[in-house]
Amino acid sequence: MEGSSVRIDATGLDYRALGTRLKEVLKGGAEQVELYNVCGQRYIGAGIQEKARVDIYGTPGNDLGSFMGGLRLHVHGNAQDGCGNTLDGGELVIYGHAGDIVGYAMRGGKIFIRGSVGYRAAIHMKEYKEKRPVIVIGGTAQPFLGEYMAGGTVILLRLTSRKESHRCSQGFIGTGMHGGVIYIRGQVEKWHLGKEVAAVPVDDPEKEGIASLIREFCAHFGYDAEMVLPHPFTRIYPRFLRPYGRLYAY
Amino acid sequence: MPYRISDYSNPYHDDKVSAACALFGAIDRTGRRFPGTDVITAIINMHERGNGLGGGFAIYGLYPGYESCYAFHVLFMNPDARPSLEEFLRRRFRLLLAEEIPTRPAKGIYNPPLLWRYFLTLAGDPPSGFTEEDYIVSQVMWINRYQEGAFVISSGRNMGVFKGVGFPEQIADYFRLEEYQGYLWTAHARFPTNTPGWWGGAHPFNILDCTVVHNGELSSYGINRRYLEMFGYGCTMETDTEVLAYAIDLLVRRHGLSLELAATVLASPLWSEIEMEEPEAKRLHTLLRQVYPSLLMNGPFAIIVGRSGEMMGLTDRIRLRPMTAATHGPMLYLSSEEAAIHLVCPEVENTWIPLGGEPVVGRVTPGASFPSCVETEWAPTLLEVSPQ
Amino acid sequence: MKSYAVPRFRVERDASRCIQCQVCVRQCGFSVHSYDPTEEGLYSREADCVGCHRCVIFCPTGALTVTEIPLAYRQNANWRPEVIQDIIKQAETGGMLLTGMGSDKPHPIYWDHLLLNASQVTNPSIDPLREPMELCTYLGAKPDRVELDPQTGVPTTRMPPQVPLEVPVLFSAMSFGSISLNVQKSLARAAAESGTLFNTGEGGLHADLYPYGNHAIVQVASGRFGVHPSYLEAGRVIEIKIGQGAKPGIGGHLPGEKVSEEVAVTRMIPVGTDALSPAPHHDIYSIEDLRQLIYALKEATNYAKPVAVKIAAVHNSAAIASGMARAGADIIALDGVRGATGAAPKTIRDNVGIPIELALAAVDTRLRQEGIRNCVSLIAAGGIRSSADVLKAIALGADAVYIATAALVALGCRVCQMCYTGRCSWGIATQDPYLTKRINWEIGAERLKNLLRSWAIEIKEMLGGMGINALESLRGNRLHLRAVGLTDREMQILGVRPAGE
Repeated sequence: MEGSSVRIDATGLDYRALGTRLKEVLKGGAEQVELYNVCGQRYIGAGIQEKARVDIYGTPGNDLGSFMGGLRLHVHGNAQDGCGNTLDGGELVIYGHAGDIVGYAMRGGKIFIRGSVGYRAAIHMKEYKEKRPVIVIGGTAQPFLGEYMAGGTVILLRLTSRKESHRCSQGFIGTGMHGGVIYIRGQVEKWHLGKEVAAVPVDDPEKEGIASLIREFCAHFGYDAEMVLPHPFTRIYPRFLRPYGRLYAY
Repeated sequence: MPYRISDYSNPYHDDKVSAACALFGAIDRTGRRFPGTDVITAIINMHERGNGLGGGFAIYGLYPGYESCYAFHVLFMNPDARPSLEEFLRRRFRLLLAEEIPTRPAKGIYNPPLLWRYFLTLAGDPPSGFTEEDYIVSQVMWINRYQEGAFVISSGRNMGVFKGVGFPEQIADYFRLEEYQGYLWTAHARFPTNTPGWWGGAHPFNILDCTVVHNGELSSYGINRRYLEMFGYGCTMETDTEVLAYAIDLLVRRHGLSLELAATVLASPLWSEIEMEEPEAKRLHTLLRQVYPSLLMNGPFAIIVGRSGEMMGLTDRIRLRPMTAATHGPMLYLSSEEAAIHLVCPEVENTWIPLGGEPVVGRVTPGASFPSCVETEWAPTLLEVSPQ
Repeated sequence: MKSYAVPRFRVERDASRCIQCQVCVRQCGFSVHSYDPTEEGLYSREADCVGCHRCVIFCPTGALTVTEIPLAYRQNANWRPEVIQDIIKQAETGGMLLTGMGSDKPHPIYWDHLLLNASQVTNPSIDPLREPMELCTYLGAKPDRVELDPQTGVPTTRMPPQVPLEVPVLFSAMSFGSISLNVQKSLARAAAESGTLFNTGEGGLHADLYPYGNHAIVQVASGRFGVHPSYLEAGRVIEIKIGQGAKPGIGGHLPGEKVSEEVAVTRMIPVGTDALSPAPHHDIYSIEDLRQLIYALKEATNYAKPVAVKIAAVHNSAAIASGMARAGADIIALDGVRGATGAAPKTIRDNVGIPIELALAAVDTRLRQEGIRNCVSLIAAGGIRSSADVLKAIALGADAVYIATAALVALGCRVCQMCYTGRCSWGIATQDPYLTKRINWEIGAERLKNLLRSWAIEIKEMLGGMGINALESLRGNRLHLRAVGLTDREMQILGVRPAGE
């Protein structure tokens, strides 16, 4: 069983059965697993610490990779809400778009998303010492990106965009942010930013620091990193350590 | 003496009945009628979101040959209520056809109430001061308030609601929905928190031809209801979905707003967004918020609204409930979870997640063409990656 | 005749702390403290002490304290000490007892019996620090629907004048005369910078305040003091004052002690005379007369400003309000029995009128029953003390609330109820320049802005807790209230269910 690739057909399996089968196979030593015909099963990868690669064909359900410690999950399609919920380690690579609260309370690991994400991506992301989580998004993000962020790195590349909308399609970026950093390719309008953050252009030495992550992203999705890197980037960072210092009467 | 529907609908007399759920909707924008197999498959896929205490479907276009009749689907809590209701209908309307809605025994369906359908038209002109539709609404409200043991669950033309206590697939089986075709289907699976089994409490909710399936809970319900009561809507069901249906009836049918404009009332843009708009849009949105503040739907919601010829999906303005939209040729799909769409339409082209407060509307335009085009986000042709 | 009245307060001076700096002598508006140069000592004449704490706070060494005179009466629930004192005073004067501020009697405070909801599980609470929370309110009459041109989709509805508020709290009517100009300037600037309005009261608008006209509600009361065309033009809203909660049924009262030179100019009456506004407007003896006055004012100002009508909360407030709405009022202000005043007969202040909570609920319900709630905005007044009171008022049906006592307390007032004497040690309810200069109006404006800011933050937190992110979703939404310790009937009138249901 060691070193082999295992195929699991998810047709007709509910999330519990699928999760059990996946864990069995991983415990048995499989280093590569392929899940076929996945359609809406939740919690794939939840809590799993093993380091293996799992390719998912179809549309996984909510809370993909939640509380996960080790897997490299590759989704060949779109993901739904709650990807990487409280992710502790490992990797999520999504070849489509993802829904709301990507990486909620993320504390380690990496998430790469080729397309766009929904509301509240990276909400309450955190970091400590060597645990520095990362999210790289190839498309756009809907409102409340990085809400209440306390640590970690988010890179928003805006290489593609969704259908036109007449509503304000992004706003409240970094609202409540008090740690961590968000990099956005291109300019950011002031009225898209939350009250607690400021934006500055990224200089070359700083861009070198995130270049490896961008290269990693491009390698996953077949982009040429040398076409992406020369663009100007903006860094969004928290203005205060205690953004709510004047809130109370003592 | 009015009997209280709310004794069935809200037996603990909570502030309101609310439910968490799954939604699905599909419309063929050429008006072509299709069977409901896909819709049922999709709602089954989202099984996790319901708990078997409610399922329902709205079907538009299912009664060819009876397009001009109002099709009253009536729920009887006990069989004795039927003669009295039928006598009422005969007095007020011209009754063309009356029959029990065909059913079959189905797994999971226990003690179903009696469900009949009545195809009727007005006997003459409506009373002065009423339009025909206002009159139908007033009679439906009267029946639901005063006609003991009878409850109208849909009252539109060439459309019908089938719903009850059970998982949606069980309801579909019970009502033999495979025998119908329609150009627009909406479906709902329910996870109620405060109603035991009452068939009338399932979604969709209906007034005339407007149906609403709803996921979420309105924190503004208390004032939405009091506002609508001023305009003559009796909120007998004590549920927040009911106020959504009446709000749309008021804004769209009586006040003449389009579904899209009604959406800007129900899920208004923020004042900070209105500030940044072009002068005309700013004026219109400010006006709507000043005139209809009590119809702002606060709290998490995702809804799919059906009306004759159109379907709308809408979420609350800070998007606390999910909704994914997708198109494939003339088909427009709306779903609480994206996987369900891929399951029934693996070749679906465009899937996207609308913003909070952004309506997605599909309308029947006969003769229109909907060429297939691949608009997936990451198609290489869309990429513009040269430095500025 | 010798007075049989007993002093109310005792002033105690800690001799070991007193450094005889004489700040207390200078600060007390009632001349309680004095320095005797022959004895080289400070003395306090307690009979005049009103318990305003000015000397206590300004004493640099904390040497002073004020306590209630510990005079024992035989215990008597009926003939309480206050009752006895009142009779003594009347026997010695033959006049009506005068008092200031709001009723201090233990009328039920319904705010303290109402509790607010919070959302959990089935409905998320919203985080006001990070997610948008909208308090914006528009005052003014609203139509029932928006009319759109069928071809262009452009709205054709003509909106009556609307006044935006950034916070649903306004400063209530306090006239120039009852309070000093410095206090009015503080109110005006704080209102302007906080996105709300202040109210001129029935004393007219002083020239110094015209720059703040866009944030002013100009009052037209029965005495028509200071009412002239530029006054009407200057204000953002015109308020017809029919009555106020502290003294329903009688007119305004400014004792001669407070009619200074400047007050006399603004009101156009002789210095030193009492300014007693008539009880009714003498052109309003019936509801159709009110309509006539409302439209006279609208004509005079080209229909550019909303016209408000302020009434005291009394037994048939609901019916009166319905009439007012049909008479063309754009805003109805209701002032409850705990409303304050600069001067009023004590017996009327304490015994006439009903609590604002009941009146507000009754008026909101009645207007909705008649289908005319959209025609007016409702402002509730009368003893609003905190942000929680504000929210409960809005949940009962108010569009906004008026505060007056709270605003004065923010400036230093200790509610000693002696405003009618014109000797306010805090420099608030007086015209004496020696006292009025104690209010630095720029600092006063900061204090008032702070008050509004604190309340706005608290309101946002509570709204978010209820799962609401726009104030209009709470307005009239009584399902978010529950009652504790009220009778069935009271709950029925308030339209609120008991806690536990």
